[in-house]
Amino acid sequence: MATYTEYPPRGYRVRMSTYWWLGKWPYLKFILRELSSIFVAWFVVETLMLIKALSDGLLAYAEFQQFLQNPIVVALNVISLCFIVFHTITWFNLAPKAMAVRMGGKRVPDVLIAGPNYVAWVVVSAAVAWLVLRG
Amino acid sequence: MADKIALEVTRFSPERDKEPRLATYEVPLRKEWVVLDALNYVKDKVDGSLSFRWSCRMGVCGSCGMMVNGEPKLTCATFLTDYAPGPVRVEPLKNFPVMRDLIVEISDFLAKLTKVKPWIIRKDEKPLSEGEYLQTPEQLDTYKQFSMCINCLLCYAACPVYGLDPLFSGPAALALAQRYNMDSRDQGTDERMDILSQHDGIWGCTFVGECTEVCPKHVDPAGAIQQYKLTATKEWMKSMLMPWKGK
Amino acid sequence: MAKRSNEPLLWVLFSAGGVVAALLIPVNLFLFFLAFPLGWIDAPTYETLLSLIQHPLGKLYLLVLCTLPLFHWAHRFRYTLYDGLQIKHLDELVNTFCYGGAIVGTAVAAYLIWRIP
Repeated sequence: MATYTEYPPRGYRVRMSTYWWLGKWPYLKFILRELSSIFVAWFVVETLMLIKALSDGLLAYAEFQQFLQNPIVVALNVISLCFIVFHTITWFNLAPKAMAVRMGGKRVPDVLIAGPNYVAWVVVSAAVAWLVLRG
Repeated sequence: MADKIALEVTRFSPERDKEPRLATYEVPLRKEWVVLDALNYVKDKVDGSLSFRWSCRMGVCGSCGMMVNGEPKLTCATFLTDYAPGPVRVEPLKNFPVMRDLIVEISDFLAKLTKVKPWIIRKDEKPLSEGEYLQTPEQLDTYKQFSMCINCLLCYAACPVYGLDPLFSGPAALALAQRYNMDSRDQGTDERMDILSQHDGIWGCTFVGECTEVCPKHVDPAGAIQQYKLTATKEWMKSMLMPWKGK
Repeated sequence: MAKRSNEPLLWVLFSAGGVVAALLIPVNLFLFFLAFPLGWIDAPTYETLLSLIQHPLGKLYLLVLCTLPLFHWAHRFRYTLYDGLQIKHLDELVNTFCYGGAIVGTAVAAYLIWRIP
């Protein structure tokens, strides 16, 4: 007979499958949200390439524009935009849970915390666009 | 409505079986029956060796948690008619070792729960003559949601991190730690911080959020853990920027 | 009392990076990597863009945009590798790859921004 241990490793255990995240739609949504970070990193790489191209002169910049027009790069960037907007939406919706703002002795509803974040997103985006496009 | 429904139940007898298998039983499909009633019908009338935990049959004791068609549920609160025409698959709670049939080994959870010290910790005790520790309704409101936990472990079954990482404390233990941290009568936040700040205490949580979705008592353990991450981070920053501040 | 983990620092970087990524990346990605190259919106001239990034505030903006999101990626990807590929036992390797990568990226970003004429 096995000897007694405080937390006996008895019982039947199944090892969790590598594909556990395909089992339920919420798990898949979670993994997609986490994978958005890869497209965040891709954006940074692209931006660094843009900075280098601008620094290297008009010719380098023109060549970089060619690169950006390559259908594969276009597809990658479209997919990136989708994932990053997904990141933005999930981020703003989840942030209120971590902050648990209380006012007047009661918990402020999550939507009142998430709302201003969305507004800030629109305002900041508009400001950046204006700065870049005004010439 | 048919008058019978098939119940597929995990059977596992460690003395006899190498691994669990599913056995099918036909049970009456009564409008007001829950899965627990069906299991008790099997035990009473069909196979008395079927083993499972249950107690209050009204959703407050936390004993009857099992996987019903792959979702963690309290079997006393899950109606058979919701699964008609069936079959209904009843399996032991995920992420825990299976001891026998539908019974799982929960000592890991109990160890983790004890580790976070889920009780009021006082640095100084008031003498009895000074009366009770008073608390306003607003103070109660800050932690009340987390106190509703019935330790049913549905959140552990839903949490992929708990399934993957044996050192992760898990949703309920952390929600209960937070329940005491936020209790105005408690002075034990520092003591718990030492335990919870260990890498595997709370930081394994990646905010999947399924624990909150399956909780039958709306405890929102995911929210508790994220709030705790924020608290722990503020404490860490304070200790980094002002290391001279003693405990 | 066991030493408290320094995980909070990594979490703060992850959170800051997440906020920067959420607020700033969509508009930047859309404008510079879709709308301008594909002609959906008239792109500003090369000279205009160069003058934007030569401005000290422009450089600061780029520094924030290209560093914090990398730490956001590092932290999130580390846990994705732990939970997705179940390679937590290789955690030293994973951490070096993720946070090391973020640090290298930050250094590259700082250099490229410093190098702007």
